Amino acid sequence: MSAAQQAAALAPARAKQRAISPSRGGRPWTFYLLATLFTFYVVALYGPMICIYILSFQDVRGGLVFPMKGLSLHWFVDLFTQVRTGDVKGAFDRSIKLAILVTIITVVVSFMAAMAFRRRFPGDNVVFSLMIGSLVAPGLVLGIGVGLLFNALGIDTSWYGSALGAQLSWTLPFGVLVMFAVMSRFNPAWEEAARDLGATPWQIIRLVIIPVLAPGLVAVALFGFTLSYDEFARTLQTAGPQNTLPLEIWSMTLNVTSPSLYALGTVTTIISFIIIGTALGAIVLMQKRRGARVGGH
Amino acid sequence: MAVSRGDIELAGLSKSYDGVHSVVHGINLKIPDGAYCCFLGPSGCGKTTILRMIAGHEDPTDGEIVIGGENVVGLAPVQRGTAMMFQSYALFPHLSVRDNIAFALRVRGLSKADRYRQTDAMIEKVRLTELADRLPAQLSGGQQQRVALARAAITEPRVLLLDEPLSALDEQLRVQMRLELQRMQRELGITFVHVTHSQLEAIALADMVVVMEAGQIKQAGPAREVYASPRDRYVAEFLGGQNVLSGKVETIEGGRLMFAQPDRKTLAAPLRGNARIGVGDRIDVAVRRDDIELLRPDAEISPQDRSALSSRVLAIEYQGSFVKVMLDAIADEEFVAYVPERVFFRDPLVIGDVVLATWAIDHARLLERT
Repeated sequence: MSAAQQAAALAPARAKQRAISPSRGGRPWTFYLLATLFTFYVVALYGPMICIYILSFQDVRGGLVFPMKGLSLHWFVDLFTQVRTGDVKGAFDRSIKLAILVTIITVVVSFMAAMAFRRRFPGDNVVFSLMIGSLVAPGLVLGIGVGLLFNALGIDTSWYGSALGAQLSWTLPFGVLVMFAVMSRFNPAWEEAARDLGATPWQIIRLVIIPVLAPGLVAVALFGFTLSYDEFARTLQTAGPQNTLPLEIWSMTLNVTSPSLYALGTVTTIISFIIIGTALGAIVLMQKRRGARVGGH
Repeated sequence: MAVSRGDIELAGLSKSYDGVHSVVHGINLKIPDGAYCCFLGPSGCGKTTILRMIAGHEDPTDGEIVIGGENVVGLAPVQRGTAMMFQSYALFPHLSVRDNIAFALRVRGLSKADRYRQTDAMIEKVRLTELADRLPAQLSGGQQQRVALARAAITEPRVLLLDEPLSALDEQLRVQMRLELQRMQRELGITFVHVTHSQLEAIALADMVVVMEAGQIKQAGPAREVYASPRDRYVAEFLGGQNVLSGKVETIEGGRLMFAQPDRKTLAAPLRGNARIGVGDRIDVAVRRDDIELLRPDAEISPQDRSALSSRVLAIEYQGSFVKVMLDAIADEEFVAYVPERVFFRDPLVIGDVVLATWAIDHARLLERT
């Protein structure tokens, strides 16, 4: 076919394309509709939070509602110095420790569960259903149950005992589900190749499986941490005498009527962002490092 | 005969996954040291299972695998002195080319300097020096294959096992990598066992072709023997290049038998020395497609030397050096003639033409019936 013939053959196809997709001049009306929808979504999502952040920066005259009175860090100072706001620092400390504990257990157990579930074994469906079941149970009820059980067994409830257990019933199924998704992209031939080259089972895990799955493991860790850090329902009846941060915030909403409540909200959000940022940064760094050796590829 | 280190002997090798159906039925085979052996068969015929059993990734249900005079069943791959190249290569995605190839040395506990020294020599051998720091995802299919080859070869195996090594490549590259495999095998001087479903690949590469069907060996031998003298209908059809005619023996005399197909004229075929065949037996006869000559219906032939079937041209495919002419000579089955290109175009046929497909009676081969 000559070039002219080819061009002639292509012309109707091009005309058709133009009819379907818009020319560069204007966007279709659906664009504006969807853009408006998205704007509403973003405002609805972040608006309430932003109100809280803004109100936390008022000065000493500040109240719980708009309009904004002054601009200072007064309520942040108040948060960490005033006794009447409760043990915020202690609660924060406990929440972080608990979240780290939950993260470690979630990552290790999810990893091992996903490894086990690569092969079928008798009763695998039952085990899986049992594991996922606790996601369906209402958190508050589950928390009460855990509290009752500890009570019946004569064990004191505590944030590092019963609350840890109750939170794991929440983070583990999530972690396992995420690990399943991560694992589905793991080619079993990599493991076999490593074995073929003389690696011991432990070397296979250390040199092949963990490095390949590392970004997924970080994602599971992030899940575990954030789920634990702001867990409320399951922790309420299981934390024992010492509050975690979400419980502390909740009790503050009941008896603190100053913007220091909002200041606490701002502080915890910043910490959450730092943690998420660090985790995502770690994933990006891992992928960059893999790419870096290539040199501008 | 002395046993060399790369000799492989499979004795009564069987494999069953569920204890009821077996995928491999009591295979017996000897592969000489330094041979390039191809297992050829359709998917599900057990060829990959055999390879994986030799590699030590699958345990046989029964039988022995002897490499270099030593039964290796139950040993780890490294102890066997085998290395495997996986289908689609299974390169470690998080490691550079160099670290992939160095993996076997790393797990042996060699220091970084030591293993990189050895690795770089191997990288040079497979001509990947410029790509040593790349990740597998940044390589082309052919380059990945070279990495896989190098990674397997660095363990200095006595046997290299290749599972469909060319199936992930496109046609052009496949031909190129075929040469590369051959070159590597010559350079390394070790036994290669290669599994494939492509007869082209098998006969191009192998010193020894093992044709398999449903867990059994149908024929094993040099490529030319398997291609030109298939033992039975299955091998003939799988390797292609043959027309298989079947019929009932009518008479036997003077080293020839006459056989008839339903609704067809009687044809002659030479009787092979050891074949025990009587009148009334059903037989298969193979005739090479390139042994068939197509004549116009009015041509004269000497019936003493040549068989002839009158038929109609169903389809014509130009293949470059020859022309593939499909005929309706036998009912329900393919009958094809490969006509040399120059011969064909001296008097080109068109679809629907009636021709006489003829061949020298001595070129017909009696097949075994199983």
